[in-house]
Amino acid sequence: MSAIPDPKHALTASGNLRRRQLVSRAFETATVLAAALAVAVLLILIYYVVKHGVSAISLSFFTSDLPAYDGVGGGIGPALVGTIEMALIATIIALPTGVLTALYLSQFAGPRGDRILRLMLDLMAGLPTIIVGVFVAGLITNRFGPSGLAGGLALSIVEVPLIARASLEAISRVPQILVEASDALGMARWRGIVGVVLPTASSGIVTATILAVARASGETAPLLFTSELYGQSFSVDPRHSLASVPLEIFQLLESGYSASVSKAWGAAFTLMVVILAANIGARVWLRRSERKRGL
Amino acid sequence: MPLVTQPAMNSAAAARARGARLNRLDRRANRTLKWLAWIGGALVFIVMFLIAYQVIDGATGAFDKFGVGFLVHKTWIPAAGEFGALTYIYGTLITGVFSLILATILGVSIGLFLSLMAPRRVAVIVGPLVEMLAAIPSVVLGLIGIYLICPFIASDVEPALHSVLGFLPLFGAPQPVGNSLFTASLVLVIMVVPIIAALTRDLFLTVPSELRDGAEALGSTRWEMIRGVVLPMTSSGVTAACVLGFGRAIGEAIAVSQVVGDQPLDHLDLFLGGNTAASVIALQYPSAVSSLHTSSLFYLATILLVFSLLVNFGARQLGRRSLQGR
Repeated sequence: MSAIPDPKHALTASGNLRRRQLVSRAFETATVLAAALAVAVLLILIYYVVKHGVSAISLSFFTSDLPAYDGVGGGIGPALVGTIEMALIATIIALPTGVLTALYLSQFAGPRGDRILRLMLDLMAGLPTIIVGVFVAGLITNRFGPSGLAGGLALSIVEVPLIARASLEAISRVPQILVEASDALGMARWRGIVGVVLPTASSGIVTATILAVARASGETAPLLFTSELYGQSFSVDPRHSLASVPLEIFQLLESGYSASVSKAWGAAFTLMVVILAANIGARVWLRRSERKRGL
Repeated sequence: MPLVTQPAMNSAAAARARGARLNRLDRRANRTLKWLAWIGGALVFIVMFLIAYQVIDGATGAFDKFGVGFLVHKTWIPAAGEFGALTYIYGTLITGVFSLILATILGVSIGLFLSLMAPRRVAVIVGPLVEMLAAIPSVVLGLIGIYLICPFIASDVEPALHSVLGFLPLFGAPQPVGNSLFTASLVLVIMVVPIIAALTRDLFLTVPSELRDGAEALGSTRWEMIRGVVLPMTSSGVTAACVLGFGRAIGEAIAVSQVVGDQPLDHLDLFLGGNTAASVIALQYPSAVSSLHTSSLFYLATILLVFSLLVNFGARQLGRRSLQGR
């Protein structure tokens, strides 16, 4: 059993105490430096995006059409609308699928089904997003042309494993005593699940969904081949390509005009603010609601 | 054993008794819910198989033409219809491995810091901040890569590394622009570190405090406690976390494509441009010049898919072993 420490690195004194303490001190300093480096990188990234992005921001930046090919004029209005719409489509597909998968795993699966389905979820979570893009391109876009629906479907494949895994964890943290109480009252199984398990796990599921939506709205690769070649003006029809903020940033950068680049910084700033706010908000809310419940 | 012996029931009475416990609505709803959950699980299966089928199916054209030799040929000239994946496989592996080495050192250190070193008040602030790094969209990371990291690499890091490690073919002469495999690896480090840090932190927290305290009570220093107790206990889990990070690194397309400096590969030099499988798909798929070109890109996607499935499967097996050992 690996719980017994390896005898080769046993806890025998290695000699010189001062040297040992020096090594230990050096190691501790190194870990502190590593953590400080990670935080510093985060702060530098945020600072840099804010510094370059803020100047591009104005009210009209959010409300006007996409800029022309040289980046002059315009804003990211249609891209914001498209990102929201595709994230919505993705969540409409992914939320039921993810939660039902988690329910199946936690309530109904036999040992074999459980093992295989968990494996599939893990593999799905590790899937490169570009492969998701290529898949949806081959399945749908090559036949029906790019569309917001195809983009939403691609994003839903990104969301499903995130929602399923986090829901599973939330469900597994529902206190056993609640489940047993509902059984003891003679409740039918579905009433126990719908009336006790899901509501108790709901804060975890909602958090997972917010995090998944935040993740999906920052993804570029799944949209690259599925909701491309969109127009410059506002469009909400999901049967045609919808613009999206990440893809718009990618394309502004590829065109490389200086006006495009400053637009890209503005869009990146917007995207970062929304995604980081969603992340922070979801975590704070989860912690608070769990504490309230005494979980 | 039942307290009251029930009188024997005939089958009709037994059925009535069962029916009395659950009314018809409940029975139907039970079954519906079970079916719905089953469908949810089945969808995950179906999508995974469809993905594998679709990607492999798209690659048949190139597979028929080039066979397995595709993996070892390095010419990739779309206009001439010549395709070989070696350049991109090399780029994928070298950026993956290089970023993995750096990210392992940093990530595991941060994991140790957050779980065992830092006071609780520091850990609850630094932990989420590190995880926040993982939330930054890859296209934004690429944008920062182009305008902040590339110039910095070209002006400062490349000369320094060349002067120290220049005897290795990997660290050649400094280049005027920073778009290179090296920069791509560094961008990947930023993406992978938070994953490894978060996973290993949770892992280190599971080491029983009796064992840690015991080691310290026997007079070992912090480092000896970690080296002798914590790391041996968690080694397979740590490896699994790093393998997962590697999987993430080889699959990243967008940020890499923005900084990798697409160049044909006839060198090992990290400071020159190259490309990775994921990023070349992102760059060339929309403008593929022929069906063979598209099919070759699907072939690349197949290779990437196989890599990714193997890596994630391996990480899972390792991770499970670490759970069973506990």
